[in-house]
Order: sequence, then structure tokens, then C-alpha cells
Amino acid sequence: MSVFVTVLSLSSLATILAALVSLADYHLNDYGVCTININGGTRTVDVNGGSSILSSLAKHKIFIPSACGGKATCGLCKVTMVDTISPVLPTEEPYLTAKEIEGGVRLACQVKVKRDLEILIPGEFLTVSQYQAKVEKITKLTYDIKKFRLRLLDPAQMEFKAGQYVQVDSKLYGAVREEVSRAYSISSAPSDRKAIELVVRLVPGGICTTFLHEHVKVGDKLTLAGPFGEFYLREGADHLIFIAGGSGLAPIRPMILDILKRKLDKKMTFFFGAVSRKDLFYVDYFRDLEARYPNFTYIPALSGAKPEDEWDGEEGLITEVVARNISDPEGKQAYLCGSPGMIDAALGTLREIGIGAEHIYYDKF
Amino acid sequence: MGNAPQINPLVIFLASLFTSNMVLVNFLGMCSFISVSSEYDTASGLGKAVALVMVFTTTINWLIYHLLVVPFGLEYLRYLVFIVVIAATVQIIEMAMDRYLPDLHVRLGIFLPLITVNCAILGISLFMVIRSYSFWQTVLFGFGSGLGWWMAIAALAAIREKMAANRLPPGLQGPAITFIITGLMALAFVGFSGIFAVM
Repeated sequence: MSVFVTVLSLSSLATILAALVSLADYHLNDYGVCTININGGTRTVDVNGGSSILSSLAKHKIFIPSACGGKATCGLCKVTMVDTISPVLPTEEPYLTAKEIEGGVRLACQVKVKRDLEILIPGEFLTVSQYQAKVEKITKLTYDIKKFRLRLLDPAQMEFKAGQYVQVDSKLYGAVREEVSRAYSISSAPSDRKAIELVVRLVPGGICTTFLHEHVKVGDKLTLAGPFGEFYLREGADHLIFIAGGSGLAPIRPMILDILKRKLDKKMTFFFGAVSRKDLFYVDYFRDLEARYPNFTYIPALSGAKPEDEWDGEEGLITEVVARNISDPEGKQAYLCGSPGMIDAALGTLREIGIGAEHIYYDKF
Repeated sequence: MGNAPQINPLVIFLASLFTSNMVLVNFLGMCSFISVSSEYDTASGLGKAVALVMVFTTTINWLIYHLLVVPFGLEYLRYLVFIVVIAATVQIIEMAMDRYLPDLHVRLGIFLPLITVNCAILGISLFMVIRSYSFWQTVLFGFGSGLGWWMAIAALAAIREKMAANRLPPGLQGPAITFIITGLMALAFVGFSGIFAVM
């Protein structure tokens, strides 16, 4: 009997308190309808105040990149506030530079919408959507790189520029109790809008790459957001130099295909660096393109070719190979994608050749 | 309820302010007292918030204790009941502050929800039970303790601000010198003892 009384009285106390807190939340956290003006009126949305900018915008299908889902641990969801609305919170400080704080940059997940706001975000975020996709095909390219072909279900089409990336959400698996979003470049041509391909290298210990490599099967559904990124083809050069290493090939392939498809009168040279034969992929594919299109040259290079590789192509670090093959900087643009070490080395080589920094675009990962 | 000591609530109020100051005599609520006392404005803001929460929670806890806990014979669960009530009260105060005093809310930041686990808050609810205070005694005890805590942290922050430019040996900088100052302030408060004949 006394147990019953104890449980009942404690539960009713907890229920009453919970009801009071919810009631207070309902009344105190109600800031009415607030208007968020984005990029000087490019888009305005009416939201119910009281939630963060990040989640308020997400309800209107405007997705600001966020890897942590609004916990202030990734620092990605930066937006610029046109007027100062409130001081920067201690939770935001670690992710903002002094210059950013000066310029009104805040983390969208930490700023609560309490009144009408004016914010600035990169224009591309307005065209970003969330997609449901089905894994259509998984191809093993090398011992640690796989290609995933994803059929877009909802929305069924994506318009993107060659070189842009999407963010894929991982799901819980095995001992990993965390869902993360990771960026992967789209490796298929932008002319195919109904499906995209991703080239993913297995990063030892990586949450999302392990998820994709070891737990995703054909037929599985994935959630992704995109397209994002400033790494895409620019106008104004008649010879494009592409330099990539490993899965850095992913954003380069659609760029090359895009130019071939649009029959642009541009010369292209693609340097692809790998250690040994087992790290090479898409070799026959690019050799075939090279044979069919006179304006395209493919130069794969191995930095540590083994005798059994029977390699008769270029050898040495990719930077040395670039230096051997390119000498005249005139009319050239360079697109680089690979590890930070490779990019930094290649930037040095291109500078020595004489290609100005304004003609070099790169994507470090 | 009936056997409350016959002490004038006003005396309890003054006693909890000076002779039995929650932080400087009972040494409760030290964590935020040490860590949020480097700036006067923030410290004073936190002091006010703690005082506010103390008044509310002791009052609510007294009512719940005497109207729910004692009649049902649940005294052994009072820790649980008190801490749940404190958590809910802090939640509501936080929401209200975010709405009506946003600047203070931003400045208090993480310390506002942390008031929930400020031991001084739970402490006075337990003291009120041990000392069998009546309702008005409890209200003034909570009010006095809150003001006392505010006064103490504001005084400490004022001293620390004055000392900010002083050159200290490296080993004494930060919390170390703060503890020494706290000790000296506590000694001064011991000087009040005997003024009020309670506790």
C-alpha cells in the first residue's frame, strides 16, 4: 500500500512539474511569427519564433550545412547577421575568429529567432535541398575505394555544377552510436540529374566511410543534402590542368565529362597520382577518352611503382610529373583535388611554373 | 509545522544574511562562487539569479514538503523531491529570463542551468526541514540566504576586479588567491557571530 502511495504521489508531482514546464515553454517561448529576410530579400520566410535559425530554416527546406545537427560542436552552420541582435554565446566562441565576430557571423544553431531577422548566407544554400536516395550499385574500384551509384528518389532530380559535393548522413551501426554527415564529391556528370555517383575511400576509423563501405548494401536508402561547394569550372582559359590523387579524382571526372559533352574548345591535361598499380582506378576509362578526344590528355603517374606492376608510364611524385609536362603558364587554369599535403606541394609547383593563384582552384580533404 | 522554533522571521533573515551566510560561513555553493566572480556585473547577475531561485524553491519546497511529503510519510524521499522541484523552477526561470531579460540570460550563459546543482540551493531546503521552520520563517530564510549569497559574490567580484592589475606570484593567480580572499572574507563574517541568537 505504502509503495503504491509513494509511486503515485511522486509520479503526480513529476507530472505536475512537467506540465508546468511545458506550459511555461508554450507561453514564454512563444515569440509569434517572425520573418527571416535572407540575402537582402532574395528570399523571406515566416517562422514561428523560439527555435534556432538552423532548425527554423530547415523547416522551410533551406539547409545550412551542419555536421553535428545543432549541438554547436562542428562550427559549420555560420551565417552573417545584418544587425547585431545579441552577444556571441560562449558556445559559439571557439568556432568564430575575431574578424568573424566583428562581421556579425554567428552559428545558426545557437541563435534563437525571437524577432524579425536579416541574415546573409552563401547563395547556393538557397538551392540546396535534402534528398532521399537509393543505393543502386556499389563498385569496388581499388582495395580501399568504392563507387556508390545513388538513384535520387525524393526529389527525383538534382541540378549541380561539375565539382560540387553532397553531404551524406550516416546511420547508427555496430558500436557507433553517432550519426554524422560527411561531404563527398559527386563523380558523375551533371547531365545525369536522376542519379549521382560518389567515389569514397575507406578512411581507417572513419565513421561515415566505414558505414558506406561495410554497412551499406544495394537497395538501402540514404539521406543526403546538396549540392554544395565553390569548386567548379570557371570561364576564361583555353588549357585546363587537372591534378588529383586517390579519391580526389571524384570531382575532376564530372568536370572533364562536362567540357567534353559541351564540346568546348579547351585543351585538358589530367594528372592522376597514385603510389602503385593497386591504387590506380579508372585507367582504361580515361585512356579510352584520351583516344576518342584529341583535346584530352591523361597522365597517370606512380610514385612507388613495384617491379611486378610492369609500369611503363610516368613515375615520380605527381608534382614532378606536372613540372616535366607543363612549362608555359599562358592561358592555363588549374583544378586540384586531393590530400592537403598533395595540394600544398602542387600549389608550389604551379607557382614555379608561373600560373597565378587567381587561376588555381582546389578542394582539400 | 506546529513545533517551529519561536524565532522572529526577521531575525532569521538577518542571521542568514550575516552570521550564517550561506557561502562565507556554511561554505555552500562554492563552485560558481569561485568561477563566476572575476567580473562584477556577471557575478552580481548570477547572485541575483541565485537569490531569486532560492526564494522560489524554498517557498515551493516548504509547501510541497508539508502538504505532500509529510502527509504521505515520504520524508526519506525529500532529497529527490527537492532536487526535482529545483530543476523545474530553474527551467521556468531560465525561460522567463530568456524572454524578458535576454542580456542577463546571455551573460549568465551556462551558469543559469547550473544553478540547479548549486548545493546552496538544495542546502537551504534541507536546513529548513532540519530546523523545522514555519512558512514565513522559511520564506525569509530563503530570501536572506539568497541576498547573502549575492552580497558575498558581489563583494568578492568587486575585490577581484580591483586586484586584476595587481602582480601576483604565478602560483597564486586565479583560483588560489580567490580562495585566500574568500577565507579572509569568511574571517570578517565570523566577526558578526553572536549578534543574533539563532542557529
